[in-house]
Amino acid sequence: MSTNPFPLDKADLMKAYRTMRTIREFEERLHVEFAKGDIPGFVHLYAGEEACATGIMMHLTDVDRIASTHRGHGHCIAKGVDVHEMMAEIYGKATGACRGKGGSMHIADLAKGMMGANGILGAGAPLVCGAGLAAKFRGDGGVGITFIGDGASNQGMVLESMNLAAVWNLPVIFVVENNGYAESTSVDYATAVDSYVDRASGFGLPGVTVDGTDFFAVYEAAGEMIRRAREGGGPALLECKMVRFFGHFEGDAQTYKAKGENDYNREHRDCLKIFAARVRETGVVTAEEFAAVDQEVGALIEDAVASAKAAPLPSARDLTSDVYVAY
Amino acid sequence: MARKISMKQAINEALDLEMRRDPAVIVMGEDIVGGAGSPGEEDAWGGVLGVTKGLHAKYPGRLLDTPLSESAYIGAAIGAAACGMRPVAELMFLDFMGVCFDQILNQAAKFKYMFGGKAKTPVVIRAMVGAGFRAAAQHSQMLTPVFTHVPGLKVVCPSNAYDAKGLLIQAIRDDDPVIFCEHKNLYGHEADVPEEAYAIPFGEAAVVREGKDVTIVSYGLTVHRALEAAERLAKERIEAEVIDLRTLSPIDWDTVLESVETTGRLVVVDEANPRCSIATDVAAHVVQEAFGALKAAPQMVTAPHTPVPFSPVLEDLYIPTADAITAAVSKIAPRAMAA
Amino acid sequence: MTDQRIKPVVMPKWGLAMEEGKVTGWLKRPGDRIAVGEEIVEVETDKIAGVVEASEAGVLRRAIGEVDTVYPVKALIGVVADADVPEEEIDAYVAGYVTPSADEAGEEEAGPTYEFVETPAGRLRYARRGEGAETIVLVHGFGGDLDNWLFNIDALADKATVYALDLPGHGQSAKAMPEGGVEGLARALLGFMDALSIERAHLVGHSMGGAVSTLAANAAPGRARSLTLIGSAGLGEEINAGYIAGFVSAASRRELKPVVEQLFADPSLVSRQLVEDLLRYKRLDGVSAALEALSGAFLADGRQKTLVASSLAALDIPVLVVWGAEDRIIPAAHAEALNGRAKAEVIPGAGHMVQMEKASRVNELIGAHVTG
Repeated sequence: MSTNPFPLDKADLMKAYRTMRTIREFEERLHVEFAKGDIPGFVHLYAGEEACATGIMMHLTDVDRIASTHRGHGHCIAKGVDVHEMMAEIYGKATGACRGKGGSMHIADLAKGMMGANGILGAGAPLVCGAGLAAKFRGDGGVGITFIGDGASNQGMVLESMNLAAVWNLPVIFVVENNGYAESTSVDYATAVDSYVDRASGFGLPGVTVDGTDFFAVYEAAGEMIRRAREGGGPALLECKMVRFFGHFEGDAQTYKAKGENDYNREHRDCLKIFAARVRETGVVTAEEFAAVDQEVGALIEDAVASAKAAPLPSARDLTSDVYVAY
Repeated sequence: MARKISMKQAINEALDLEMRRDPAVIVMGEDIVGGAGSPGEEDAWGGVLGVTKGLHAKYPGRLLDTPLSESAYIGAAIGAAACGMRPVAELMFLDFMGVCFDQILNQAAKFKYMFGGKAKTPVVIRAMVGAGFRAAAQHSQMLTPVFTHVPGLKVVCPSNAYDAKGLLIQAIRDDDPVIFCEHKNLYGHEADVPEEAYAIPFGEAAVVREGKDVTIVSYGLTVHRALEAAERLAKERIEAEVIDLRTLSPIDWDTVLESVETTGRLVVVDEANPRCSIATDVAAHVVQEAFGALKAAPQMVTAPHTPVPFSPVLEDLYIPTADAITAAVSKIAPRAMAA
Repeated sequence: MTDQRIKPVVMPKWGLAMEEGKVTGWLKRPGDRIAVGEEIVEVETDKIAGVVEASEAGVLRRAIGEVDTVYPVKALIGVVADADVPEEEIDAYVAGYVTPSADEAGEEEAGPTYEFVETPAGRLRYARRGEGAETIVLVHGFGGDLDNWLFNIDALADKATVYALDLPGHGQSAKAMPEGGVEGLARALLGFMDALSIERAHLVGHSMGGAVSTLAANAAPGRARSLTLIGSAGLGEEINAGYIAGFVSAASRRELKPVVEQLFADPSLVSRQLVEDLLRYKRLDGVSAALEALSGAFLADGRQKTLVASSLAALDIPVLVVWGAEDRIIPAAHAEALNGRAKAEVIPGAGHMVQMEKASRVNELIGAHVTG
């Protein structure tokens, strides 16, 4: 029996791997399915960024709330939203997580503490201040976490929220997912500071930058911030530097990227490969055990796609329902 | 028991009663305690016009002064509502929607529908509306039509202290986001208001004066102008029915249509700018649904298509007057009809 | 210059809130001889329409109030005088008449003032009028309040000290409903009398208030000097359950108006303000629960289950039963239920709110009953 050098036990290591693998499989499959033309609208894929969502969400329970972005599938899966319902939603079906009324960009599950993917960049920051405030009033120890892209971090409401969270000492974490591109615009062009941590310090928030492709780096930094927030230590900012395997949205030719950039990232900066290799090395989890997870996840996604395709469409009646609780 | 109190007191009382009843009710906004962290009195202001005065002492910690960041705290109120609280956020002047509209338009208004019915966002956003305060273009607008246009929001604009208390209590108990518009020139207006809590259901207009010759539909401050006009018209033997919509979303079409079916004449008075307004909305609906009952073309009395001016002489011209309403009625209800 | 032979007919003040009223029709013409209590002129307020009755006999010499015209309270709308008073004196009286302002009118003149008293059933509102040796307590019905006696309280105050209360759950009294339905309200009525040291009183109950009064009289022998039951509940099983259900559930003006119209023989008496006042009451926290609890306690399967006729038989006090012939809530046939045990009077042209619609006749009957 090998010794476990990681801060997670074997079951949690398996859980983290399963989550990242599920996100990867979900997104890779969507890439294929979207190209077939069966999926309406547009989708933004999280492939390559799995370690960030997973490393943070491993610390959370349902009393913790997250607000996601337009690139939200990974956050949803890591927060425990049902994969079948997500897939059905992306296909616009009545059985979807939002009954086909939200689509890829608005998947939510309030019961799981998932306050919604969001088509408005940066909009989650004020919302999780509210979640943190509610947790504070309730005294349930919950935290609010907002995911912000490197682009959205330039939104006024994000900056306002950092100040508000600091002023009210809210249990809120701002997670900047810096994948280098705001749609097609480089972070070097659009953001005036080199590090988002510098920005956090401007609001009196502690901040840390980590390699977002390293699950363990994310896990440890986030764990410290979340523990501190739960204990009343207030807000913090976590910048995860990571890579986006696909374009901004499906169908993006990605001509703004360097030649060979995606190939390089898949080869050298794949968080899933890095995680699996490190864990396998120690012998805590074997290759066969990971392969078994891969197989299970493959079957899960296969089934999710098949049942989403077969699921009923919303009815005309659904057009006008659920606008109000009562009107 | 009922006694006369001002609309300002009525709003304070509604907040007080609901905070007492439900610990999930919290109140936030700029200066709503007033003096937070300052060297002087802690509860110095109680809101810029003193509406929330005294509540801080009664409910310590549940009134939150905010930094001057509408986007952040309106969003926080909405987020807290989605997480089980019942926040009442004060936007001070509704004109300030410009700096936080995303949170109202794209977040609060959309959650319920966009999330397939699973979300509930019981937030109230209170804000001052309306002209007549010599506050010029950025502190005087009647922006009710902007919010009424948005599905998922409810829009309330009381004309008196009794309605203000009952509608605000309903707004706080309501499970949907509510934009609660308080006309700043009605804060001092007094009416008989019961001491107890009571809720006025949304979508129920008040017939504040009965009449058989013409229907005047309005809300907020201009209800009083309409009543003034009706008094004058009565001297000419024209009996005007005056309907106070009270809530603009939902809106009480039945009461409006029922009245127009009796009178055959409609004048809509709206302090908002004329295009795509409550006035055009009501007039269009009545034309579509009760065309056969109309004896004359509906008239609209609104502010002009201009920003709100500063100089008192100009601002007084801006707000619909009893004269303008009387003139609009006279145009479609000639004195001869009274014979 | 006060000529005792000339008597003004003025715009009445019905209730605390009334400031003006509209003359809607003259029932007498100038020259007509008028007896005390006769109806002279119809007046409409924003709350209710009513009739001005002659307080003194004479000849109607002037009908000043123009139809469809609004006059302030106490404004001169007519003149009654003996036939031998010269025309010039009448003209001089009219010319010299000054309408007293609301401030000038004394407290007593200004209509019933409302007071509150703490009782075991909570804080109850009441009005008190008159200084007579006898005491009358007026008890309203389901969903009603002391203003149901608007046209009675002043008239009866000439003969007795008159109290009208809001029962628990009603009007401006505490909204918590005592246990035990109508029996609970009967205990609350006795508690009210205790709190105001009313040892014995003539109980006058309308509708459910009739059952309340009967049960109170029965529970505390000796406290009731007489009973007057107007359109009373408890004398038979039939009742318009649709009315009760409609009253409890109606949340809007459009829902409530047709329900309330059933109370009157003449539905046009139901004004916008009357409906608005009822809605204001119904919206208060606790009222829905109180009304639901109460209707649940006295109705079963659409019929009355609190029957008091048998307990009346055992009571050794005078009983008067009054009904509106066109009562659409509780059938007028119930007036005969007591079968000789009580004096029964069925008044034509009136509905369930007979004490409002035919106030002068009802006042006359109550007056005779309590003094007789």
